[in-house]
Amino acid sequence: MSFLNFFTRSRSAPVARDRLQLLLAHERVQAGQSDLAAILHKEILAVIAKHIPIDQDKVIVKLDRGAQVSTLEIDIEMPDEALVGR
Amino acid sequence: MSKVMVVTSGKGGVGKTTSSASLGAALAQAGQNVVVVDFDVGLRNLDLVMGAERRVVFDLVNVVQGDAKLPQALIRDKRVETLYLLPASQTRDKDALTEEGVGRVIGELRERFDWIVCDSPAGIEKGALLAMRFADLAVVVTNPEVSSVRDSDRIIGMLDSKTQRAEDGGRLEKHLLLTRYDAARAARGEMMKVDDILEILAIPLLGIVSESPDVLSASNVGSPVTLHNPTSAAGRAYIDAARRLLGENIVVDTPPERQSLMRRLFGRKAAVA
Repeated sequence: MSFLNFFTRSRSAPVARDRLQLLLAHERVQAGQSDLAAILHKEILAVIAKHIPIDQDKVIVKLDRGAQVSTLEIDIEMPDEALVGR
Repeated sequence: MSKVMVVTSGKGGVGKTTSSASLGAALAQAGQNVVVVDFDVGLRNLDLVMGAERRVVFDLVNVVQGDAKLPQALIRDKRVETLYLLPASQTRDKDALTEEGVGRVIGELRERFDWIVCDSPAGIEKGALLAMRFADLAVVVTNPEVSSVRDSDRIIGMLDSKTQRAEDGGRLEKHLLLTRYDAARAARGEMMKVDDILEILAIPLLGIVSESPDVLSASNVGSPVTLHNPTSAAGRAYIDAARRLLGENIVVDTPPERQSLMRRLFGRKAAVA
């Protein structure tokens, strides 16, 4: 460590605090979001399953939160035979 | 009325086991009936830290699976007669525990003890979830270090969503125990301050345990620091934390800075600038 470094030792703690605050603000939203997507997935699946036999893996629920607009994307692949005779 | 308290952190190596043993011992020293339960199946260490490693016959997994009765597995501390240990298994894996089995054992422990201290394994897997599952309150052990604070935040989220209390719409008390704190480094801006961490995690402070050689000496000889050296700074910090858990209103002292040689020679400016 040079003489200059010794006297201008960096104060790294504020950097740690700021990085954490930024990261956790992001991660907390994400954690809540994945839970919501999981709940929606389960309930939407239950409603559809009441009427049509459907494969659990063929239902995709995606939640994207943006600053301006958020979107909920639901992608359900229907088996051909599901709609026959209806 | 018994209380189930989980000691948890997410990150490993921050002092969960040391804190479980010390808080458990301090509560027992205050006259409470206490059992400390090791949930770290496969990597048990609470027995070693509490100096009972040669007295383990049956363990939590044996009791959960019905191979042993609870009294057969409980180990009574040789120093404090109201302190007991329920060790984890060293040979099984974490899948040996089931929610139903753990719930039954916790129910039995509630009938015998005032405090059931659950020493959680690190991580966010099954073992950690089972340790917090039936808790009435939680002690979140955190080091003043970015990875530990991040993991604590994650664990706080899980305490608020994955515990039985949270699912029943109840409130789970959460307390922050800051360990390995170094006031001098925090004053120099090299380590996050207590207030920084409290602001980020937003849960009340139970205590501050400074980085201290006394903690290592105590675990070396298999004795909680509250018993081995109750007048040391770490011992007093744990004893005060236990008194706060018992409802006493004691102000948390921020540990004093030890003056470094440089600071004594050059004063504050030289060290801080």
